[in-house]
Amino acid sequence: MVTAATPPTLSMETSPQPLPAATAATPLIEVEHVDFFYGATQALRDITLTIDEHRVTALIGPSGCGKSTLLRCLNRMNDLIEGTRVARGSIRMRGVDINGPDVDVIELRKRVGMVFQKSNPFPKSIYENITYGLRLQGLKNKARLDEIVEKSLRGAALWDEVKDRLHTNGLSLSGGQQQRLCIARAIAVEPDVILMDEPCSALDPLSTSKVEELIHELKTRYTIVIVTHNMQQAARCSDKTAFFYLGRLVEYGETRTIFMNPANPQTEAYVSGRFG
Amino acid sequence: MRRESTPASILRRAPTAKHRLEQAVGWLLRGATYLVLLCGALIFGDIVWKGAKTVFQPTAPFINVAFFTEAPESLYVFEHAGKKYELGDRAYRAFTEELALAAKARGEAPPAIKAESYVYSAGGIFPNIVGTALLVLGAMIIALVLGVSAAVYLNEYARPGKFITAIRLAIMNLAGVPSIVFGLFGFGLFVVFFGWNVSLLAGWFTLAFMVLPVVITASEEALKAVPKSFREGSLALGATKWQTISRNVLPYALPGILTSSILGIARAAGETAPIMFTAAYVVRDQLPWQGLAKWTDFFFQGVMALPYHIYVVSSKIPQNEYTERVQYGTAFVFLLLVALIATASILLRNRLRNRYRW
Repeated sequence: MVTAATPPTLSMETSPQPLPAATAATPLIEVEHVDFFYGATQALRDITLTIDEHRVTALIGPSGCGKSTLLRCLNRMNDLIEGTRVARGSIRMRGVDINGPDVDVIELRKRVGMVFQKSNPFPKSIYENITYGLRLQGLKNKARLDEIVEKSLRGAALWDEVKDRLHTNGLSLSGGQQQRLCIARAIAVEPDVILMDEPCSALDPLSTSKVEELIHELKTRYTIVIVTHNMQQAARCSDKTAFFYLGRLVEYGETRTIFMNPANPQTEAYVSGRFG
Repeated sequence: MRRESTPASILRRAPTAKHRLEQAVGWLLRGATYLVLLCGALIFGDIVWKGAKTVFQPTAPFINVAFFTEAPESLYVFEHAGKKYELGDRAYRAFTEELALAAKARGEAPPAIKAESYVYSAGGIFPNIVGTALLVLGAMIIALVLGVSAAVYLNEYARPGKFITAIRLAIMNLAGVPSIVFGLFGFGLFVVFFGWNVSLLAGWFTLAFMVLPVVITASEEALKAVPKSFREGSLALGATKWQTISRNVLPYALPGILTSSILGIARAAGETAPIMFTAAYVVRDQLPWQGLAKWTDFFFQGVMALPYHIYVVSSKIPQNEYTERVQYGTAFVFLLLVALIATASILLRNRLRNRYRW
């Protein structure tokens, strides 16, 4: 549990309430001077950036630049990999250091949901996929579960396609539907932040555009951080863009600025497709 | 196709040394395979052919029910009034008593019958079937609980290191230990040191330890086959490690775990050595559920078992034309039982697999 010295806590007694939509951009996650290692290999070098609430932040850069590593730092998924560590710096969410000794990583992950590169619906029914996270928290009320399933599927723009077959296996859906199912599963637990790790890299253009539309709608209620290889995608659906190269944050700013008027020549070269 | 248009002189097969060697190797490999097949067919054919005479009968109900439902008895072979009789223990007693009564009624001395007796050659093998079933069931439960727990720990919790490498090495070595050594180990630890005597419990643990390597290895393989993305997906939703494993990993690994483990246990149940010092009786009058003073006594009683019975009737009693019946009959039933367990485990796997598919 978080001590009294740090008033904003990550622990929660009741289920989290959706936050009121912020009008001005308020910082939700502050990454400061983070160095990150996989064993002896340094993957992130002195990263400092702020992720604003109810904005879509895109992380772009060539393969191996550290953008996915940073994303996985935000919900501490890197804890699962042997020998990884944040060697320096801090990542704070609403002022609380998420790597602090008294932070419950389970609570953190409830608040910071994640959608993976390869859609990973569990081999259970669509209904069970959505309710998985809720059941973990002990919610058993059938009516309440039904309600959340519908709300989440509507939120992920999947309801109309699957409402008649909620009890069929989630793996029977098409690739794009599976990815939206994963998004629905993530928003069912009402997180504050949704991390998306190249969510469209395995999808066809039509499914991609559906997911992008979805991202647009979701940002009114959630803060989204998206890693993408696709620069058009970053330009289309993000508010702010961070360009990474060789483990460093080269440039970070409004998406429009990064794409139209980048300050750094490396950024300019990358977004115009000259390397990467 | 106009084959004649191709230049025949280049592609024509010539009986060169290389070609002859190729053919010889082909036949050698084929021969080795057929030899294996022949051995298997001979063993099975012999047991089925000779065992079927005991298990089946030409008259209705075509199955020798007594062989499945009665306990082993001594066989008495004798001649009386010009007729040859082959009777089991109880039938023989009834027969002689009847003769004696009849003689007494006539005021004569009871007739002297010169019977030859052959132990275990009459009756059935019901207690042995029950004993083996109980041994398999108990050993399976213990082996699955211990083995799956160990596999989950090794595969999901343990950090790789020297200690874990040593554990894996130990498990592999355990798989190479001869069954008689397990028998002696079980005798020393469970029967003598723990004072469980020759009992079901001692047999269960001895058999369970013997199949642990199989269960652990099979479970680890099954756990590894569950995609990492299921674990990550679950953890990212705020599940604890144990919630993830129990809800989103083990259910999918279960079909693989069960099939391999049950097959391994069925195989171990066929071993005589591990149970001969720990659980098996040559003969016991009562069935496992009879004559229990208190319910815990159930675990501390020895049982008759099929493999041990085969061992006893083939090597511990005088051999003659009457013992063959029970030898082959028991072997046949035992094969059937093992085949039944294997089939059941495969059916179970298929059912579970259809439920969880990815």
